[in-house]
Amino acid sequence: MNDQVDKQAHADELYAESHHWHVNTGNETIHAKRMPGRFRNLKWAAAAVWLLFFMGPYLRWGDRQAVLFDIPGRQFHIFGITILPQDVWMLSLVLLFFAILLAVVTSIAGRVFCGYFCFQTVWTDVFTWIEEKLEGTPQKRRKLEEAPWDFTKIRIKVIKHTLWILIGALTGISFTLWFGDAFEMWQGYLTLNAGAMAWGSVAVFTFFTYLFAGHMREQVCFWLCPYARIQGVMYDKETILPAYDFKRGEQRGKLKKGQIEEGKGDCIDCGQCVAVCPTGIDIRYGQQEGCITCALCLDACDSVMDKIGRPRGLIRYASMDELEGKPALKMFQRPRVLVYLTILTLALAGIIYGLFNLSGIEVKVLHERQPLYVLQSDGSIQNKYSVKILNKTPQDQQIRLVVEGLPNLSISGGEGSLIANKGRITSYTVFVRVPRGSLKAESTPITFRVEAEGSEELSSSYTSMFIGPRP
Amino acid sequence: MSEQNNPYGAPTTGHLWDDNLAELTNQPPKWWMIGLHASWILVLLYGIVYPMWPWFGGATQGLMGWTQIGEYKQDMAAIQSVRAQYEDKLPGMSASAILADSELSEYVVRSAKVLFGDNCAACHGGGGQGNPGYPNLVDDDWLYGGDIDAIVATVTNGRMGMMPAKAGVAMTEAEIDQLAAAVAKGEPTSSPLFMEKACFACHGMDGKGMHALGAPNLTDAIWRFGDGSVESVKYTITHGVNDPADPQTRNAVMPKFGDRLNETDIKKLAVYVSKLGAN
Ligand code: SF4
Ligand code: SF4
Repeated sequence: MNDQVDKQAHADELYAESHHWHVNTGNETIHAKRMPGRFRNLKWAAAAVWLLFFMGPYLRWGDRQAVLFDIPGRQFHIFGITILPQDVWMLSLVLLFFAILLAVVTSIAGRVFCGYFCFQTVWTDVFTWIEEKLEGTPQKRRKLEEAPWDFTKIRIKVIKHTLWILIGALTGISFTLWFGDAFEMWQGYLTLNAGAMAWGSVAVFTFFTYLFAGHMREQVCFWLCPYARIQGVMYDKETILPAYDFKRGEQRGKLKKGQIEEGKGDCIDCGQCVAVCPTGIDIRYGQQEGCITCALCLDACDSVMDKIGRPRGLIRYASMDELEGKPALKMFQRPRVLVYLTILTLALAGIIYGLFNLSGIEVKVLHERQPLYVLQSDGSIQNKYSVKILNKTPQDQQIRLVVEGLPNLSISGGEGSLIANKGRITSYTVFVRVPRGSLKAESTPITFRVEAEGSEELSSSYTSMFIGPRP
Repeated sequence: MSEQNNPYGAPTTGHLWDDNLAELTNQPPKWWMIGLHASWILVLLYGIVYPMWPWFGGATQGLMGWTQIGEYKQDMAAIQSVRAQYEDKLPGMSASAILADSELSEYVVRSAKVLFGDNCAACHGGGGQGNPGYPNLVDDDWLYGGDIDAIVATVTNGRMGMMPAKAGVAMTEAEIDQLAAAVAKGEPTSSPLFMEKACFACHGMDGKGMHALGAPNLTDAIWRFGDGSVESVKYTITHGVNDPADPQTRNAVMPKFGDRLNETDIKKLAVYVSKLGAN
């Protein structure tokens, strides 16, 4: 009999725990309370970075858009720099840089990207801000949801959804503006003359902005976003995160007669940290995957602590080690951080190297394989090459080709001054002929050098092979 | 326990297995139902817009009249229209005029690769490098002359050179040996037999060949047959080339393409071939 009671007690404990383990699967809309505070301000400041996304396309540089990703023309313009497909290796370094930046920041201070910069959270923030302006506080919003459909409700809802869709459309339009001349594209949109690609992109962006920021919100972070999972595994015990100081807070209990009861911790169980959380979680259960580390609960708790006259920081940016009272490792002693920083530096060095060595002219030489060489009637050996000259400068260039590496060689097809058309590859077929006596090996390196006439600094060279019969 | 399995109290079939297992009869989630209905609606729409349902005489046509072959033809037409600006000019121009026009000859070099591959590469090699017994088109040595009109003539009418076995007259082993040695050295005229056996009639007084007859130059580094060894020269002298009287004769026939290809294609091939080597 006693045994049974015992078992039941164990099971009850587990049930109680599972009851706490409430995962929000989107059955209810989270209506988070907005509270002013340090982190709230920081969040707005960080979100303001996105203004660049909206305003960037209108910047001009000379007679063109300052930043233009010209996909059909296969070139990227970034202020004074033009990047052609041949330079995309730098793009991969840029991507690497940002990937590692994400890793290092996450390892140091948690999901800073999610909490402050991610378009999902920033747009959601703006959408809910609009919602609050129109519908009022979370309580009123919940009430409105339950209220019957009368004229006021319809009016409010229509305005809200219209605004949301407009923001979505503006997002989509702004996105497309990076890929074409902003002013021409606007003209296209306003006169309903834009291309199918453009309309399609705008439609997709509008729809998903509206759906994700308006309706799905934290559900995107929970179930769709891969970064949420990736970043989660970058934490370790030294990562500082918005965390509840359980030693200080527990036993939590309600404030009685303006006093914290004897033997109780600082948490007065007022639920404010839960009320403000945009993902609807309770940080007091510890770090969890639903937390986007937006730090809004810090503001909430701090304001409560101020009111009841306890020191701030019951919820604060702290590492697991710190909360457990272990000595914290210095940032630069953490191997993870060091590895990430090394990669970061290398990627950055590569990008800078690339940018400083963007040459205006590039030559590539392909050796004809079929046949590798040709015996000519005078006994000399001829090789055929296709010489591809890439001209990245904004003007056509007159080019001179010099081939070196074997005595007595003569060329045909590349003599005199050649034209390299601007912004693309011009290719020439060049025959190189060498008396058989000059060849000392089956293959000999020879160098093709191209030089722009009149501007010596525009030059490039490429080493290929000259192939002949076995001497 | 069973209430833990059904926390929201969804309706069940009413039957309980093993005390606490019940089958819920609630609807699948809304998004799932939306997906289900959207799917069959899409299939239906697809069947209306595209040919899909078996019907008398084949299948329904579909609203857009789309067909696979139609799409193929459309794509082909798009390619043709890009090429038209060049292709339209070619029929009215001579091969030498096309060769002289750098843009057109560039176009031909790029587009006639397929034509060359289909018609010429079997003997002359994919890159025109030749094969044993078939001439190399990349070098600067031409049996019938390397100017563009000669190439057009070669492709159109074909070629069949002729060299009689043993110079058409009797030759002894010793004579053949002696003549072959001189030829293999690249100095055919050094042998008195070159004049005596009338080799000069085709190969020229200086041994440098004659384009009109397709008789090769015997003094340069390039060999029409074999590698230029005494053995291979001896074989050629002994059995001749295309000599109907000698069953072991060397064969050398360039077929006639005039009745297989149209004039424009032949011009294209000629330009392509003449651009293969430095010429
Ligand atoms: S806001 Fe602070 S005091 Fe209030 S419940 Fe949360 S942790 Fe406790
Ligand atoms: S628990 Fe705090 S930091 Fe985490 S998402 Fe909620 S409010 Fe933001």
